[in-house]
Amino acid sequence: MEKQLEQVKENTNGYLAGSNLEKVLCAGHFAATGELGPPQSADGEVIRKKAALLRGFVDAVNLTDNQTAIVRMSSIGAGTILVQEGLEPIIQMTCRDRNRLAIQSDLLGAYALGMRNLLCLTGDHQTFGNHPGSKNVFDMDSVQMVQMVAEMRDKKVFQCGDAFKGQEPRFFVGAAESPFAGPVEFRPYRLAKKIRAGANFVQTQLIFDVPAFDKFMQKVRELGLHKQAFILAGVGPLKSPAMARHMKENVPGILLPDELVQRMNAAGAPWAGKKLEEMSKEEKKARMDAFKEEGIKICIETIQQLRQIEGVAGVHIMAIEWEEAIKPIVQGAGLYPRPVL
Amino acid sequence: MIVAEQKKLDELKTLIGEAEKVLVLGCGTCVTVCFAGGAREAAIVASSLRMATKLNGDDKAISDATVQRQCEWEYLDQVAEQIKDIDVVLSLGCGIGVQAIAERFPQAWVVPGLNTTFLGLPEEQGVWVERCAACGDCILGLTGGICPIARCSKSLLNGPCGGSEDGHCEINLDIPCAWQLIYDRLQSMDRLDMLLEVRPPKNWRTSRDGGPRKIVRPDLRLTEEEA
Repeated sequence: MEKQLEQVKENTNGYLAGSNLEKVLCAGHFAATGELGPPQSADGEVIRKKAALLRGFVDAVNLTDNQTAIVRMSSIGAGTILVQEGLEPIIQMTCRDRNRLAIQSDLLGAYALGMRNLLCLTGDHQTFGNHPGSKNVFDMDSVQMVQMVAEMRDKKVFQCGDAFKGQEPRFFVGAAESPFAGPVEFRPYRLAKKIRAGANFVQTQLIFDVPAFDKFMQKVRELGLHKQAFILAGVGPLKSPAMARHMKENVPGILLPDELVQRMNAAGAPWAGKKLEEMSKEEKKARMDAFKEEGIKICIETIQQLRQIEGVAGVHIMAIEWEEAIKPIVQGAGLYPRPVL
Repeated sequence: MIVAEQKKLDELKTLIGEAEKVLVLGCGTCVTVCFAGGAREAAIVASSLRMATKLNGDDKAISDATVQRQCEWEYLDQVAEQIKDIDVVLSLGCGIGVQAIAERFPQAWVVPGLNTTFLGLPEEQGVWVERCAACGDCILGLTGGICPIARCSKSLLNGPCGGSEDGHCEINLDIPCAWQLIYDRLQSMDRLDMLLEVRPPKNWRTSRDGGPRKIVRPDLRLTEEEA
């Protein structure tokens, strides 16, 4: 990748940060990242158990930062456990909870603890979460955060312009994009801003409508963005027809074709017309397994289709609270074993 | 203008507490225009409180008056005599009015009858919306006259977040996405290129984050002789 090679080469053998994710992408492999939701508790064992389900199947693992504005173990705290477990974290950091002082100091700590990938996010509004009366921060936006962390690495300066006196934090800097959120025509240009600000990789919102995403990617290619940053398409397995309907109707920026809702419904056909309370425990489980199997199948097919799109450098598989699904998805999509570099 | 809304009667009763002589003081400017604390509202609040306290067997002397602006000494001074004799002033001014009363009449106990809500305008009759966050460093020239500080739920400066859908904000279907509005306006003016530039982090020092603010205009200040 041209931009990568031109950049700073000291300390990291020519890499920006030298993370596994960066190496996998720079080597031209089709990357696979996963996601792990830290617990609403101080129990590190939860992270270790989930890590065991992801180990070997993904190149790096996103650790969400108080996702949906619900308080959870911090992404850096959980990331430290992941590093101990030998997995590579991608720290998520939102603009919602921290001002520029807190973001920078936390990132110094994260780097010192061995973290090398960072995903800069705006953050869900706090009114969604379990502390809706809290004060939000939004001192900076995600584009500005990308620029700040890229300059911390490349110019060795804090956001205020002061130079680092010691080791600067060197992160492989990520940004998110939601191709179907509004205004849809602006989304490729918003992505261009993030890349211009310094994003090295991009993870998208969940993609279910591949033809619509293909159109977005066409614009991305016209702008040459796929040559300036690695674009990982977001995917995730549907768990049930109810989840499919919820995503379709309630989650901003998700396009979910009717056909997929129908496929999820059809997976439960053997139990159609039966009320939940009439079903035995075994029947309920069998139906749930049938839904999950179809969800994984759809996810694998989606990955295979996305892989055909020029400029898609990998997939980001979001199976939050269903980390068991990662293994069959990665294997089913022909992405196993993962490259060892 | 400053937009406010009245506190509920129960809270007003609590705020008045044991006081016997109460003055409900309206304000003739912003809160009159938004129908929260003008002469008409002051009379209604006074009368509601009289009825409510009478029902409780607690016959208070509740009067009302209204000044042109509670936030200027010269208007406040017009009720100086009235206030002397009062146990509590229930101000139907904005938060500035309440504080002006406390400052001008140190011996008076003043409580707020309104919640000062925002700087905005009536979008249509009976509907007021926020328009300005008084950040102290206006960027409307960069955003087509639509303020993302006041009108984007996250005060973003580089375009919409991922929560913008069908023109509305993720937090509420009734809130238009400010960045959709900005996008539409700049598109209609053929100025979309303005959105491509990466805007740097805002200097919030001019906003409340820099501490309480003050403007001193030497050109307008009185000389010692004049004062």
